[in-house]
Amino acid sequence: MFLYFGMFLSIAAYLFGMWLKKKLGWAVLNPLLSAVLLVIAFLKAAHISYADYNTGAQYISYLLTPATVCLAIPLYKQLGLLKKNFVAVALGITSGVAASAASIFVMALLFKLEHVHYVSLLPKSITTAIGMGVSEEAGGIVTLTVISIILTGIFGNIIADAWFAFTRIKSPLAKGLALGTAAHAIGTARALEMGEVEGAMSSLSIAVSGLLTVAVAPVVSGLL
Amino acid sequence: MKYMKEIAIIFGVTLAGEILHALLPLPVPAGVYGLFLLLALLCSGRLRLPDVEHVGGLLLDLMPVMFIPAAAGLMESAAELRAVLVPFLTITFVSTLFVMTVTGRVAEAVLKGKKEEGR
Repeated sequence: MFLYFGMFLSIAAYLFGMWLKKKLGWAVLNPLLSAVLLVIAFLKAAHISYADYNTGAQYISYLLTPATVCLAIPLYKQLGLLKKNFVAVALGITSGVAASAASIFVMALLFKLEHVHYVSLLPKSITTAIGMGVSEEAGGIVTLTVISIILTGIFGNIIADAWFAFTRIKSPLAKGLALGTAAHAIGTARALEMGEVEGAMSSLSIAVSGLLTVAVAPVVSGLL
Repeated sequence: MKYMKEIAIIFGVTLAGEILHALLPLPVPAGVYGLFLLLALLCSGRLRLPDVEHVGGLLLDLMPVMFIPAAAGLMESAAELRAVLVPFLTITFVSTLFVMTVTGRVAEAVLKGKKEEGR
């Protein structure tokens, strides 16, 4: 298989997903979701194995580590906003991370999930680059984690407006924190569309909730 | 040259993150060590934003595409997912709404308290 086939297919599929969303204007048509479905459909239709596709595509994944490092750049730019609203930001994100771990633990108990599935779901609300690492360290199934992270992001992105109206969350700062803490980078895409403060706070939440989850996961993962 | 220097800095910090990950017995991914390191370098003034923000912007722009290979890997583990499909989807959706509500309401309560204090 050609080395650049997987890389080209992945990027082309994402660009097509963005074009499709713009063309049809449906919020449900998340470009990432479209791209993943398109890649799978293409490979199935052309009888190309995932291993052949991944021969080249894996090199894009290797860039996730330096990309995570670069999350420091938006974080640095927003340090002023963070300092000004430190208490609201800190309590909002911390309670969100706790709510995530608690709700996943309780539902994992109710559904009688095995340890491996429980820890795969634990990092579902944080950005993939950090979430994959958390899942791996805790002994989860990384693919399952990535799918739950992407589903979480897309769901958060789509549902945010209706849910904020329903729960009467009105301030831009709270909306941004909620989107970033619950639905990481994909939720942040929606927050950026809502406004500057929403986008800034959501970007900040990606890094902070990611780091808090890294700290909390080893403790919480041992519970089940 | 501008890009080469930026790539050298970012890859250098990433490498330092990988070394820390190998040396320290903490469950922290290499990228997170690197994130902290880059933030510290920016805050201390040893690096300025123009030293990293062009290549950094490129990497952040490409970030969604970096998730596609792992997500497309689902086609290999479809059977694995099918076994846990209902709890998996329920937990994902319910927990997302719960986190959104708790974070938003808590932040809003703090902001409201701050405003009333100021009166």
